[in-house]
Amino acid sequence: MVVTFNLNGNPVEVEVEGRTTLVDCLRHQLGQTGTHVGCEHGVCGACTVLVDGEAVRACLTLAVQAEGVQVVTVEGLSREEDLTPLQKAFRKHHALQCGFCTPGMLTTAHALLSNEPTADADRIREVLSGNICRCTGYIPIVEAVLEARSAYPGGPPAGDAK
Amino acid sequence: MTVAFPAIGRPIERVEDLRLLRGRGRYVDDLSCNSQLYAVVLRSSVAHGRIRKIDGAAARAMPGVHAVFTADDIGEPVPTIPVRLFPCPEHEPFRQPVIAATKIRYVGEPLAMVVADSPAIGEDALELIDVDMDSLPAVASHQASRENGSLLFEAHGSNCALHYSISKGEPDKAFAAAEYTRREKFYVHRHTGITMEPRGVLAEWDAATGHMTVWGATKVPFANRRILAKLMDLPEDAVDMIEGDTGGSFGVRGEFFPEDFLVPFAARRLGRPVKWTEDRREHFLAISHARDVACDIEIACRRDGQVLALRGEVWTDVGAYLRTAGAISPRNVGQFITGPYQIENVSIDVAVQLSNKSPSGTYRGPGRYEADFFRERLFDLAAKDLGIDQVEFRRRNLVPEDRMPYALPTVAPVPNPTALDSGAYALVLDRCLAEARWEDKIKLQGQLIDGRYHGVAVVCFIEGGAAGPKEEARIVLETDGSLTVYVGSSAVGQGVETVLGQIAADAMDVPFESIRVRHGSTTYVKEGWGSYHSRSTVMGGSAILAAAEELKARLKDAAAKRFNCAAAEVTIGEAIVRAPDGRTLSLQALAGHDLSAEGIFANHRHTYSYGTHVAHVAVDSRSGHVELIDYVAVEDAGRIVNPLTLHGQAIGAIVQGLGGTFLEDLVYDESGQLLTATFADYMVPLATDFPNIKAISLQLRPSPFNPLGAKGAGEGGVIPVGGVVANAVSAALASLKVEVKELPLSPPKIWRLIQDAKHSRSAD
Repeated sequence: MVVTFNLNGNPVEVEVEGRTTLVDCLRHQLGQTGTHVGCEHGVCGACTVLVDGEAVRACLTLAVQAEGVQVVTVEGLSREEDLTPLQKAFRKHHALQCGFCTPGMLTTAHALLSNEPTADADRIREVLSGNICRCTGYIPIVEAVLEARSAYPGGPPAGDAK
Repeated sequence: MTVAFPAIGRPIERVEDLRLLRGRGRYVDDLSCNSQLYAVVLRSSVAHGRIRKIDGAAARAMPGVHAVFTADDIGEPVPTIPVRLFPCPEHEPFRQPVIAATKIRYVGEPLAMVVADSPAIGEDALELIDVDMDSLPAVASHQASRENGSLLFEAHGSNCALHYSISKGEPDKAFAAAEYTRREKFYVHRHTGITMEPRGVLAEWDAATGHMTVWGATKVPFANRRILAKLMDLPEDAVDMIEGDTGGSFGVRGEFFPEDFLVPFAARRLGRPVKWTEDRREHFLAISHARDVACDIEIACRRDGQVLALRGEVWTDVGAYLRTAGAISPRNVGQFITGPYQIENVSIDVAVQLSNKSPSGTYRGPGRYEADFFRERLFDLAAKDLGIDQVEFRRRNLVPEDRMPYALPTVAPVPNPTALDSGAYALVLDRCLAEARWEDKIKLQGQLIDGRYHGVAVVCFIEGGAAGPKEEARIVLETDGSLTVYVGSSAVGQGVETVLGQIAADAMDVPFESIRVRHGSTTYVKEGWGSYHSRSTVMGGSAILAAAEELKARLKDAAAKRFNCAAAEVTIGEAIVRAPDGRTLSLQALAGHDLSAEGIFANHRHTYSYGTHVAHVAVDSRSGHVELIDYVAVEDAGRIVNPLTLHGQAIGAIVQGLGGTFLEDLVYDESGQLLTATFADYMVPLATDFPNIKAISLQLRPSPFNPLGAKGAGEGGVIPVGGVVANAVSAALASLKVEVKELPLSPPKIWRLIQDAKHSRSAD
C-alpha cells in the first residue's frame, strides 16, 4: 500500500507492506539512516522521531500510520550546516560517545524542551529515562539539555543551570 | 573553533560529533550494496542436545529464499573459531564451530542461516526449518558444571576445560605463621556489555579478483581478517575488513563470532552481497557474556592489619565454548586479585568451567571487577574482625611508590609477567577521601535516618592498559597541506579520531584542524592491533609519535633540497619549514611529492592507572531498595590527552559498573534458558537511576613505559564498583548483621539477606 507523509519538510510517497514499521521505512526505503533501531519493542528509545511534534517510537509505529503526518528525524533537526543549540550543547558537554542512542536522545529532548522549556533536571531525567544510553551514564546528557533550554522560547536565561 | 597549541591536555570537542549529532554516522546497518541479500540465523531453542538432522528443504522452497545453509553445506570439518588471546593447547578442544554440526551447547547457538530477498522473508522461512535432535540434560550453573553429571564435551571427560595457577611467594608458609586468617565464599553474577548498536556484518565477494570485503568490523579488524582468511582458505590480502561508526563495544563487540564467518561464506557461495543485522534478543543470546565467577578465598594478616597472603579457589562459568578472548577473564581474576596492594604471598587456582550458556568473552574490566569485589569484601571483613578502620587497613597495604615497578603474581599456563608501573597510591586515596568529605560521611556510618540505613565505603584499585605487542601508524602529507593519519587502532565510540588527532597535531606541530584520523580498517596500515585493554591512546598515540618523527625528517630532507641547505639546518614549527637564513615554505608547498612516513610502537609493558572510589548508600530495610546518595571517584591516568573524553568515560564506566552491581543480570533457568533477553527484563541503568557521581582524573605519575606518559583509562571506572557498593551496603546494615557475599544487589536479594540475618539471630 502507498503512504504519503511529510518528512523533514518534504512530501514523500512510499509503497510499503502492511507489516513495515515506520523506522524500517525511514531507514531502508527512504534512506534516512540517522534514526536507529536498538530493540524493536519500544524500550530503548533509539528510534524516537517527532510525529506532529510529539516524540514517538518509530519501531512501534507502522509506516501506514504515518499517513498525512509531519515526521521529523534527527536529519531534520538542523537544516543548515550549523548545529542547533541542543546539538551544540551535546557536543560541548560530551553527551555522546558511540552516538547510537544520540538521535533518539536529541528528538526526545527537543520535544520536551519545545513543550516544557523550563523543565528542571528531575523532569529531564524522567523524560529521558525512556531512552537507554550505555556510554555516558546520562550525567552529561542532562547537563546538555539543561543548557539548551535557554534557546527555546520561554526557556530560562542562558547560564541558569537549575 | 580553533584549537590552541598544544592540543594535548585540552578538552577539545570531538570531531566525530559533527556527523553523529546530525544522523550522518555510518553504522553497519546503514550500509548497503547493490543487489544485496539478507541473512537471518536459526538459533537453538534448547541448551544441550545432539543433532540428528536439520532439514531446510521447505524453507529453501519458499519464494524469495535464496539459500539455507547448515553444517552439511559448509562441509566437513566445520571450521572452529581460534583463540586470539594467550592461546594454549588446552584451549583447543573447546573452540566454537561456526555452526552447530553434531552437538548443541547453548540456547542461541547458530543451527542454520537463511539468505533471502528481505529479512522478513528470511524470518518467515526460519519457521519452516525442521530440527530433529535429542535433548540432553542442561548444565546451567558453575555448581552443575562441577558435578560433571552431564558433559558438554564427552571426550574431555569433565566440564572443567582447564585450570590456571596464579602464584607468588610462599602462601602456605605465610598462612601457617599468620596471627589472623579468614575464609569466605563470594559470587559475581553473569552480566555483560550489551551495546546499543546490535552487531551486523555486510560482506561482498568479488569473484573476478577473488577479493572479500567485510563491513562492520571493529575492535580487532586485523585479527578478524587473519581468522576469516584462514577459515575461508584465502590469502590475508584477499580480505578487507572495513570499520565504520560503531555503537559501543565495551570489550564484547568486535570479536570473531560465528556470523563473521557465515555471512562472508554466504556471499561467496551465492555471488551476491549479503547483509545480516541481529535483533536485540539475538544480541542477548549471541554477544559475549561475562563475569559469573565464584570463589572460596582466604586471607592471612598480621594483627596490625598487614595482609600477608591470599589463597583459594575460583570457578569461572565461561559458558559453552572458549572463543577468541580465550580465558582472559578467568586468568585476570587470579592475576589481579592483589590489586594495588602489597601482598607477597598468593596462591589461586582458577577453574575454567564449561556450561550450557552463551560463551563468555571480555567485558570492560574483565576479571578485575570480580577480583576487586572478592578482595575488597574480604578486606572489610578482616578489618572489622581486627578492629581496624577501613581506610587505615587499605592505606597500610597499598604498594608504596618506592617499590615500583611492583611485580604482580604470575600465571600458568602461558605466563604473562606484569608489574605495576608507577603511582602515588596513598596520595590518591587521600584526595578521594577529601573530595568525598569522608570525615563528615563516616559519621553517618550505620545510622538509621528517616527509615533508611546509611553506609559508606572506600576501596582502591588498579586498571591495566596498553596491551602489546605493537601498533602501527602512517602519516601522509596531502596536496592541500593537511595531514592524514592512518592508524591500526579502532574506534568503538571512545573518540579515537579526536584524541589521536590531538597527539598527531602536537607531534607534527600543526593546527589540530589540519589533521584527519583514519582508523581501524585493514586497508589503512599493514598491520593493526585494535582497541582493547585500554590501549588505543597509548599504543596508537605512541605509534603516531614515531610516524611523526619520521615524517618530519623527510620533510626536512625535502625542504633542504629546495633551500639548498643541510637537512639538519631546517626547522619545522607551526606548519612551516624554515631555512637557516629565514626563508620559509608552507607544508602545502612541499606537498605532492609522496611525502609520508610509517611508525611502529612496540611495547610489552602495561600501564596501570589507579585510584580510589568512595560510595555512600542509603538502604531501605523494608524493601531492600538501595539509593546511591553519593559516589566519588579519583583516578590517576598518568597524562591526560583530552580531559573531556576521559571524564566522560570515567562517569560512563562507573554507571555501567553500578548497572552490573544493582540491576543487570543474565538469569538462566535450570534448563539453560536465558530468562532476561530483552531490555524489559535485563535492566540497565536509566537516566533516573544514578544522578550523583563525581569523577576526577589526575595526571600525577606518568607511565615510564611510553613516550606520551599516558596510561590506559577507559575501563577503570567499572572495576571497583561492585566491591565499594557491597561494602557500603554491608556497612549500612551492620546492625542487622548483614554481610553481602553475592551480587547483584537487587532489592529482593537485599531483603532476603536481611530476613535471613534476622532468622539466624532469633535462632541464636
